[in-house]
Amino acid sequence: MFDGVSNFSQSTDLAFFFTLVVSIFFLVLITVLMIYFVIKYNRKRNPKATNVHHNTALEVTWTVIPTVLVLIMFWLGWTGYLEQSRIPANALTIEVTAQMWKWSFKYPNGKETDSLYVPVNKDVVLNLHSIDVNHAFYVPKFRIKKDVYPNQKRSAWFNATETGSYDIACAEYCGLNHSYMYNKITVMSENEFNAWLNSPAKHPGEILASDTSLIKLPDSAK
Amino acid sequence: MSNENTLSNNENDVSYLEYKGKHSGILGWLLSTDHKRIGLLYLISLSVFLIVGVTFGFLMRLELLTPGRTIMDPQTYNSIFTLHGVIMIFLFVVPGLPAVFGNFFLPILIGARDVAFPRLNLLSWYLYAVGGLLAILSILLPGGPADTGWTFYIPYSVRTNTNVIPALFAAFILGFSSILTGVNFVTTVHRMRAPGMDWFKMPLSVWSLYATAWVQILATPIIGITLLLVAVERIFGVGLFDPALGGDPVLYQHLFWIYSHPAVYIMILPAMGVVSEIIPVFAHRTIFGYRFIAMSSIAIALFGSLVWAHHMFTAGMSDTGQLIFSLLTMIVAIPSAIKVFNWVATLYKGSIDLQPPMLYVLAFIFQFSIGGLTGVMQGVLSVDIQVHDTSFIVAHFHYVMFGGTGFGFFAALHYWFPKMFGKMYNIKLAKRVFWAMFVGFNTLYFPMFIMGWLGMPRRYYDYLPEYQIYHVISTIGSWILVPALFLMFGNFIYALFKGAKVTEKNVWGGETLEWQIATPPVHENFIDIPIVTESPYQYKDNELVLQTQEAK
Ligand code: HEM
Ligand SMILES: [Cu+2]
Ligand SMILES: [Cu+2]
Repeated sequence: MFDGVSNFSQSTDLAFFFTLVVSIFFLVLITVLMIYFVIKYNRKRNPKATNVHHNTALEVTWTVIPTVLVLIMFWLGWTGYLEQSRIPANALTIEVTAQMWKWSFKYPNGKETDSLYVPVNKDVVLNLHSIDVNHAFYVPKFRIKKDVYPNQKRSAWFNATETGSYDIACAEYCGLNHSYMYNKITVMSENEFNAWLNSPAKHPGEILASDTSLIKLPDSAK
Repeated sequence: MSNENTLSNNENDVSYLEYKGKHSGILGWLLSTDHKRIGLLYLISLSVFLIVGVTFGFLMRLELLTPGRTIMDPQTYNSIFTLHGVIMIFLFVVPGLPAVFGNFFLPILIGARDVAFPRLNLLSWYLYAVGGLLAILSILLPGGPADTGWTFYIPYSVRTNTNVIPALFAAFILGFSSILTGVNFVTTVHRMRAPGMDWFKMPLSVWSLYATAWVQILATPIIGITLLLVAVERIFGVGLFDPALGGDPVLYQHLFWIYSHPAVYIMILPAMGVVSEIIPVFAHRTIFGYRFIAMSSIAIALFGSLVWAHHMFTAGMSDTGQLIFSLLTMIVAIPSAIKVFNWVATLYKGSIDLQPPMLYVLAFIFQFSIGGLTGVMQGVLSVDIQVHDTSFIVAHFHYVMFGGTGFGFFAALHYWFPKMFGKMYNIKLAKRVFWAMFVGFNTLYFPMFIMGWLGMPRRYYDYLPEYQIYHVISTIGSWILVPALFLMFGNFIYALFKGAKVTEKNVWGGETLEWQIATPPVHENFIDIPIVTESPYQYKDNELVLQTQEAK
């Protein structure tokens, strides 16, 4: 459940965990009471019912407590969201183009790729746009998702906390091969990333072949 | 609740099923303005579409059993989930309880002989039928069935070459059917209540149908005009929503959800009404918090109209927009939560008889709670960013629309079936089928929550191997649920022809007006209009010792 690997995973997972615990509590409460009443006040056991119209103290309690709880949940979600919506300055900025049914990425120095490579522990901003229909850029492990529109700009950002290779999915239905619009995001150490970015190699694996002394790659990046 | 003496003896009068008016035979049904016959027309047509929709759902689940191709290609899958959505939403859950049980029982519950505008009522069924036929036509015409999803998001819906236009017009016409029903019910509740039935003496299902009717009237025109504009854009190339023509696709989403969120209350409120109706009967005691339940229907209808953009938290709204829509979404959950507490409290010190309608109602409470609680999770901004457009959402709305409204519909059917047809289904079988349905439903949809949180997007023909285990469990659930559904319908159909005859007025011991008239009801329900003197659900006989209903 808590396998997020970006700067947002902690706040998102905390909000999720809190709402989940509260939800389970209420679900269990309701279900247990229901079963208990059905057994205890079954017609065979309790052939005489009693009319109970209302109980003010009870009603106030079950209005106030859930209200307070949802306000806390709201707050957790809102602060988590705000972090995501504040696009940092001085970040590595990558132009992302979505189309039916692939992604492409363009780095500040003009380099273009089909998969995304980013440095670890560094702010990365994605400027998203589409050239045909709506898509959505989704990295489940980073807890980020942003709709991508034609002729409109959207931005998302993250700071990856662990090197490795993760899935990018398209989360807005976009026609025939929507479910094949998968790609990878590879998080590397900053040195490896810079070496790759400034080399002509398309994939980091290619530098490795040409200059083994330069960098050591994580397995997942190959 | 009403004075027994004012209901004259109508044993000699003929039931609405046998009544001969101006027309006879099939025309006596197709041209009848009797609200009960119209209710049955709806019941038949809705059931047919439900079965078609369920079949599509079953096929989707089969396809998802294994990664890669299992039984169909991606284009077919995309069309099938679109048809499944369009049929389930526009032809089953939205008309749902109001069209069938609202038409049949609303006038009876308030002591009236018919709805305010009987001919308009018949017209609304014809509009429903035309809409349904158009939807079927969109499958059969060359070009292939629409593949946009039931949401018709732009620009995809102006780009695809499939039959989007007939599907749009189907939804457009079905909207009018819904509006006419709404107009009819609001007027009926205002003008046709029996003498003495003031607002707070109305049964709770009347309150919820009344609140629903306002939403139908106020929200449906918005989807009508929006879908019409999509058609205009597609046919004439006018740039409204399509960015390629200078339009704004996000504007479309706002307009779509300004209707479609309130529409979820059109779907759920009437089911909540049925739950409030059934619990006191089978617990044989007064409902806990009548006024609150009545008022919360209105509150839900009102505030539910202000939260539409919670479907667009990843679309890139302003921070203010996100804040307001998230906060309001959390607040709207409160009246629903309190309703659930009231229902559970109504079981306290009751004398509970677990007949099939009650079993469906208890399952409703459980499943609606899961749907509602996960809805709150989706209102939490950062969490929604993770689960939006994943199978978490698919699980959530099936828990609300199927586990809630669907089960509410089945509860109503089991509850009112003997009154409507004067026949009793096999109760033992109905209870067994219920358990299969309950187990099947939860096996089918619960795994979708887990894989959704893990990142399985929705509307996916194919998936990564790590999600297969959840897909397999889910598909097995459909193998339990779907046969159970067919058995349920089979039980009813068998009962219609061979079931034990019921002539008793009050099979379950209810205290609302429908249980004081003949079974099945006579042509105009009441010979003399009743005079109402008491609130519903009094159960003043609670010093009596009750017997368990023996399975018939
Ligand atoms: C046995 C019964 C059912 C099965 C097996 C089933 C299965 C499914 C599946 C697998 C999807 C996911 C499509 C995807 O994301 O690729 C789906 C979507 C959907 N279902 Fe069902 N479902 C059933 C009954 C219902 C009912 C009763 C309703 C409404 C009351 C309903 C309403 C919807 C809607 C609105 C969608 C969304 C379609 C879209 O994405 O455009 N379903 N269903
Ligand atoms: Cu896409
Ligand atoms: Cu909504």
